[in-house]
Amino acid sequence: MAAVLESLLREEVSVAAVVRWIARSTRGSEVTALTRPQDNPGEAAALSSLRPLRKEFVPFLLNFLREQSSRVLPQGPPTPAKAPGASAALPGRPGGPSRGSRGARSQLFPPTEAPSTAAEAPLARRGGRRRGPGPARERGGRGLEEGVSGENLPGAGGRRLRGSGSPSRPSLTLSDPPNLSNLEEFPPVGSVPPGPTGRTKPSRRINPTPVSEERSLSKPKTCFTSPPINCVPNSQPSALDTSPWGLGLPPGCRSLQEEREMLRKERSKQLQQSPTPTCPTPELGSPLPSRAGSLTDEPADPARVSSRQRLELVALVYSSCIAENLVPNLFLELFFVFQLLTARRMVTAKNSDPELSPGVLDSLESPLFQSIHDCVFFAVQVLECHFQVLSNLDKGTLKLLAENERLLCFSPALQGRLRAAYEGSVAKVSLAMPPSAQAVSFQPETDNRANFSSDRAFHTFKKQRDVFYEVLREWEDHHEEPGWDFEKGLGSRIRAMMGQLSAACSHSHFVRLFQKQLLQMCQSPGGAGGTVLGEAPDVLSMLGADKLGRLWRLQERLMAPQSSGGPCPPPTFPGCQGFFRDFILSASSFQFNQHLMDSLSLKIRELNGLALPQHEPSDEDGESDVDWQGERRQFAVVLLSLRLLAKFLGFVAFLPYRGPEPPPTGELQDSILALRSQVPPVLDVRTLLQRGLQARRAVLTVPWLVEFLSFADHVVPLLDYYRDIFILLLRLHRSLVLSQESEAKMCFLNKLLLLAVLGWLFQIPTVPEDLFFLEEGPSDAFEVDTVAPEHGLDAAPVVDQQLLYTCCPYIGELRKLLALWVSGSTGRSGGFMRKITPTTTTGLGAQPSGTSQGLQARLAHAFFHNQPPSLRRTVEFVAERIGSNCVKHIKATLVADLVRQAESLLQEQLVTQGEEGGDPAQLLEILCSQLCPHGAQALALGREFCQRKSPGAVRALLPEETPAAVLSSAENIAVGLATEKACAWLSANITALIRREVKAAVSRTLRAQGPEPAARGERRGCSRACEHHAPLPSHLISEIKDVLSLAVGPRDPDEGVSPEHLEQLLGQLGQTLRCRQFLCPPAEQHLAKCSVDLASLLVADQIPILGPPAQYRLERGQARRLLHMLLSLWKEDFQGPVPLQLLLSPRNVGLLADTRPREWDLLLFLLRELVEKGLMGRMEIEACLGSLHQAQWPGDFAEELATLSNLFLAEPHLPEPQLRTCELVQPNRGTVLAQS
Amino acid sequence: MILTKAQYEEIAQCLVSVPPTRQSLRKLKQRFPSQSQATLLSIFSQEYQKHIKRTHGKHHTSEAIESYYQRYLNGVVKNGAAPVLLDLANEVDYAPSLMARLILERFLQEHEETAPSKSVINSMLRDPSQIPDGVLANQVYQCIVNDCCYGPLVDCIKHAIGHEHEVLLRDLLLEKNLSFLDEDQLRAKGYDKTPDFILQVPVAVEGHIIHWIESKASFGDECSHHAYLHDQFWSYWNRFGPGLVIYWYGFIQELDCNRERGILLKACFPTNIVTLCHSIA
Repeated sequence: MAAVLESLLREEVSVAAVVRWIARSTRGSEVTALTRPQDNPGEAAALSSLRPLRKEFVPFLLNFLREQSSRVLPQGPPTPAKAPGASAALPGRPGGPSRGSRGARSQLFPPTEAPSTAAEAPLARRGGRRRGPGPARERGGRGLEEGVSGENLPGAGGRRLRGSGSPSRPSLTLSDPPNLSNLEEFPPVGSVPPGPTGRTKPSRRINPTPVSEERSLSKPKTCFTSPPINCVPNSQPSALDTSPWGLGLPPGCRSLQEEREMLRKERSKQLQQSPTPTCPTPELGSPLPSRAGSLTDEPADPARVSSRQRLELVALVYSSCIAENLVPNLFLELFFVFQLLTARRMVTAKNSDPELSPGVLDSLESPLFQSIHDCVFFAVQVLECHFQVLSNLDKGTLKLLAENERLLCFSPALQGRLRAAYEGSVAKVSLAMPPSAQAVSFQPETDNRANFSSDRAFHTFKKQRDVFYEVLREWEDHHEEPGWDFEKGLGSRIRAMMGQLSAACSHSHFVRLFQKQLLQMCQSPGGAGGTVLGEAPDVLSMLGADKLGRLWRLQERLMAPQSSGGPCPPPTFPGCQGFFRDFILSASSFQFNQHLMDSLSLKIRELNGLALPQHEPSDEDGESDVDWQGERRQFAVVLLSLRLLAKFLGFVAFLPYRGPEPPPTGELQDSILALRSQVPPVLDVRTLLQRGLQARRAVLTVPWLVEFLSFADHVVPLLDYYRDIFILLLRLHRSLVLSQESEAKMCFLNKLLLLAVLGWLFQIPTVPEDLFFLEEGPSDAFEVDTVAPEHGLDAAPVVDQQLLYTCCPYIGELRKLLALWVSGSTGRSGGFMRKITPTTTTGLGAQPSGTSQGLQARLAHAFFHNQPPSLRRTVEFVAERIGSNCVKHIKATLVADLVRQAESLLQEQLVTQGEEGGDPAQLLEILCSQLCPHGAQALALGREFCQRKSPGAVRALLPEETPAAVLSSAENIAVGLATEKACAWLSANITALIRREVKAAVSRTLRAQGPEPAARGERRGCSRACEHHAPLPSHLISEIKDVLSLAVGPRDPDEGVSPEHLEQLLGQLGQTLRCRQFLCPPAEQHLAKCSVDLASLLVADQIPILGPPAQYRLERGQARRLLHMLLSLWKEDFQGPVPLQLLLSPRNVGLLADTRPREWDLLLFLLRELVEKGLMGRMEIEACLGSLHQAQWPGDFAEELATLSNLFLAEPHLPEPQLRTCELVQPNRGTVLAQS
Repeated sequence: MILTKAQYEEIAQCLVSVPPTRQSLRKLKQRFPSQSQATLLSIFSQEYQKHIKRTHGKHHTSEAIESYYQRYLNGVVKNGAAPVLLDLANEVDYAPSLMARLILERFLQEHEETAPSKSVINSMLRDPSQIPDGVLANQVYQCIVNDCCYGPLVDCIKHAIGHEHEVLLRDLLLEKNLSFLDEDQLRAKGYDKTPDFILQVPVAVEGHIIHWIESKASFGDECSHHAYLHDQFWSYWNRFGPGLVIYWYGFIQELDCNRERGILLKACFPTNIVTLCHSIA
């Protein structure tokens, strides 16, 4: 490998040839514009001899660069990982294992230090980081223990691109994932007998000593071993790299030595041709370029670049590899280049021993980066080649880049282009956080009783919903508190709740709630609007996006900086997602998980298959801009939802297979593979991917698939099914050459998104790193053209920077790096990117209704073809809504009429059949047989409705300027579609609907027939003029109760009521009864009962009266007046029944027994009046009096009672004139008195 | 009438072991003339109910019931017209209506073959004329009309107050032209939890979005508010989003702490309602 680079540097071969040579191994297509196709036979010959090593070139190159930069970036911010370093060992580089440098190194860092840990060897940070592979292994082990932010991703630690298949282990390529925690395979440094003979079985991580050591700094690895949110302290990983170079040589690194041997031969041919100026690197006083900020940055000067030509060549090769997507992760490389650009100072090369410097100008013997100047020069060279990518970064990054003084100094031209790009950029990325939780609204259509198997299930779910939100609120309150633990705090409650979801149908209801809430809280990009798919936007988002925008900008500034965890963060569940993950874990319910997977799969299929509007290139006027805003928004909503759902699907689906234990190896693995290959995938993602690629919808399908796969366990990539997927993805990755003029196939930003997510996926620990460098590279990228539609989604500009950064927050690390440079700040936290959310949000548009067949449909289709996409969307939307409204309208009119008919028919039935009314089921059948035929009218009515409503809606929604012909066609199509939709539904469901509604009405009516027919009798409202100023019923009940309690005592001597008060009270009662506004039946019933009690007390003269001190009894006339008032209230104002028979209950009549002397005249008066007013029948009273005799009374009382009865019975039956009554009363009273 | 926690506690302090009679209420009104009567009554009632809940158990042991019954019997034998039951209730610090129920139950157990059903008891309490024993009927009636915290009459008053305030609120909503769905409509649609009113178009009150309004014709103290939160308000939030609770008789200021979360408390109908304007430029 090194030989290739060497020959390149010696200009034996051209860059173009080299790139072609590499690319051929991977893709047969022509190379990029960076290189010129001019193969010369000599070059070919030189390279062909190296053929077997071809696929190792890229890993080698990447490792080489990381290696070389190690003095510049010893412990900077998150450092990109190295590529697999099969052959990273470079002779002659400082500290390299060959030559005498080795000895020097060994002395500098004696072997005894080798096994030291981070804690023990703070010194180790100084330049020691490049030594030895051991620490990386150790870290690997630790990574396992720590897991990934609690997600139990085994093997998450300590790895980043490890070696590609090296010659020494050809058989291990795919079937042998690294067992990092296996101490036998990856022993800690110092515990291994040095030399290749030490092990019988070479591990696959053997070779690249420098790689491992380099990895110690690489952020990706460290972030896998650390909590994702906080930036990982740099010290830990660096400190581990204490092993001197030589000692760390792992067993089985034959290939490395072979390579060295080759290189030596190579070099011996050449002898030293030109003297090399000694390394200009100044010996710095401080060997440790700490990031403490106290150090001044070393200025970079273009004039002091040491070997331009060599740097240019390497930069060109490197750039070409990037451009050809030969590197696994585009943004990782950019990150690395940005690091070089912003490197602060060079670490002292204490070992810049003269031995290697002289005469190796253009070889790899001398360090590639001898100074900061070299680094910056190299970085700028690379950046120049990738201007297109840079210009598509967000505006903030562009600004920082354009303002970078080093860049200006080294390439004013590039700086100028960047400035121009910045000025033209509209790619502002908003950083606002989503708002706090909002609940999923109750949807009567899906959530009402009819959707549950039983009342119990319905009420259980009612409780579940509340428990779920209670848990959610508690989580919101506490999850950020230190020491709070989800499982401890909520686990048992969640499990208890899951335990109650016994019925399968309840599970599906709960899962629907769970999933909706997930989407609402985590996907909701728009913040306050927080709309759930398909639901109307909230009021705030309608109040004006402008104000909201301002609010968000403010929020943005107030936000605490937070790192997204380096350029290759592990899959995490940020923010609210953590709640849902922990909920799933705590619930640990297999029913729930299964239902959740079903539901997630269904939703993913649904969203993935959504017919998103397609780009029409002809549509280039201003109007399209506005339209595309909407398209993009819609796409973003769908994509983000899909990613979220897929992430959770992956999480749940692979949950049973993940554990803290290391991935299996050997036979165990074979048996696991055999078993797992039998298990069908939870969702047929392979087919979805294939279809997505064919339909040119990769930009939609791949990003969610990546989320799904990021949770795969170690075995997954080894399964044939998933391996196919990875190979497809790999081919896709290679095919996405950014510089290719393939806008027609895929837009630039779409490609960038795919490259970013795929690059990220390739860094996931469970994805075998050698997968990327498979020998059997994809030959001919894609065979999609055959079936592909002319313009797939891929060709539509659906991705913007906002979406790119939302999906890949780690791209923001670039900006962070630049900003760090500007500020000179050293804060580890200095994150700027947090969560990127688009500023606006929309509900998902309606799904287009099924296309009808026939010529008409084709014509309609053709009609839309040449119209802006918004037209089609409008028509489809109108049709969908009108169709749906039509159904609702029919329900509210026709069906409601039928229900009313049913009710009156039922009433008739009940009257004819008498009280019992007959069997309800039978009644229902009779009614339905009469009414259901009327359902046929629904279709005609529906047609009429759609005809009437659709055109207006279309007209209102389309631009004013729409040509008349277009407008009328659009209207007609909308009418047709709406009718089709409505009639389809109605014809299928109208009968069932009528039945259901009639059934409900019948049971309602029958229930109403039940206990209180009288209470339901006709009620009069208050009169029109009523202003509802009457005293409140509650007040009156309370007042009357007070009078009653005074009357029955006990009371203080000074307590009593005045006759005026009583009169006033009854007057108020009249008012209240006449104004029905506030009166409810129970209140009226109690008022009636209380009024009867009051009358009895009046009759018995039991009410304590306040007045002139002597008079403690109510005057007769007053009493009679009050009784008159009561009689009139009972007669005129009470609408409910008044329990007048209570007046003659033994208890109330018995009140008279206590009075001395007993006065019967009021009772007699009352009874007469009752009869006269028709309030009680004579017979009824007679019956009551009769039963009174049966009660036990004191002897004299019984006699008097008998006399009263006789008196009353002796009265003439006919009502008498008022005067007569009065006359009668007096003598009667006299009689009674005389008898007493 | 929004009280601070301290103000509330001062009132509650005065209510310890006060019998629920109209005399007690009168004294309370004299003691706190600045507070509205309804608020005082509501607080009194709630405090008393808390007290009864705490001590309920000790009155329901069979020994206690037996001893009360015997005391009742002895009392009425001596003088059937004296307020035997009421005095007994006050003496042992128990609600008169509940004491009446206890004794009635015991009485019926003795005189009927089968244990009386709850509905029979309730019916007799509503209409003591149905009680077979005239003396007991009078005693029970006396207890019920003299109890201002428990009993069928009090229940009816409370129900009526609640209903009246709902009507009041409905009128106010109509007056403000805010369209809404009421509980009955919601129930008919199949909603499982129904606030008094759901606004068809949300409004904002003091900067908070309001989707629903619940009317509470009582004073919002800690105990009742937490129960309501758990059983009702959060359930509404869970289904309909943020909303407004009106405690017509006031509440403890400190309880209004979930505004940001979506539950706003008021002691009256809000005056500054912001509605959605359709003419935003």
